[in-house]
Amino acid sequence: MKIRQIQELTDATIICGEESVEHDVQYAFSSDLMSDVLTLDCNEMILITGLCNMQTIRTAEVADVSCILFVRGKKVTPEMLRLATENNMILMKTEYSMYHAVGELYCNGLLSIY
Amino acid sequence: MQFKFELEGGNFSKAGYASSQIKKVLKQLSIDSHIIKRVVVALYEAEVNVVAHAWRGIVQAEIDADKISLILQDEGPGIPDIDQAMQEGFSTASPAVREMGFGAGMGLPNMKKNVDELKIESKVDEGTTVRMTTYFSVKGE
Repeated sequence: MKIRQIQELTDATIICGEESVEHDVQYAFSSDLMSDVLTLDCNEMILITGLCNMQTIRTAEVADVSCILFVRGKKVTPEMLRLATENNMILMKTEYSMYHAVGELYCNGLLSIY
Repeated sequence: MQFKFELEGGNFSKAGYASSQIKKVLKQLSIDSHIIKRVVVALYEAEVNVVAHAWRGIVQAEIDADKISLILQDEGPGIPDIDQAMQEGFSTASPAVREMGFGAGMGLPNMKKNVDELKIESKVDEGTTVRMTTYFSVKGE
């Protein structure tokens, strides 16, 4: 599924990485627990989370996750934006709840890692 | 090649900086991306542990042709029972650490999973030293 389609299905706003919205991603993982994200062996995925702080971006950086969708309209700080941009990440935010966002994406074919 | 980074207990804004820098160096050295990920995930978990539990600490990295050796040395409360700390789900993390997305008792087991060698030494009320080694080629090849 293209990032653009993920954006449309969740009515999300792109915070940074607009130039990469035509990239494809097959898998998604949703969690607020970064320890869990760090145990995954999959790189080609989007992270859907309600946790919005520097450690979310750091976790994505070390886990080679290049796209994050923040749910419930979480606010990204300038420091987070700087680190995400430095790592060529795509950050998006949606007003949808985690349950709503993952439901839309799952029903439209975005695969689960487990 | 040697690198040294400082860590400050409680300062989460710096947690992950060493991992980020080491990742860049390993990429420049064209190390296999799966190995880089294993190294930096283990290092990041270890950094978070120092920031979450200790008062201060240092990260020392030494990169040789065939391996990377990482030493994280902290001044802190230490680990009274290392075997217990290695068990998945065991955690003494504060609510503040849990709010950062950690503290589920997964850090040490995940470090063990991602490195070739892990050694932990600790003295209560003094601190903990974690040594991790990862080889750049799969053993036996």
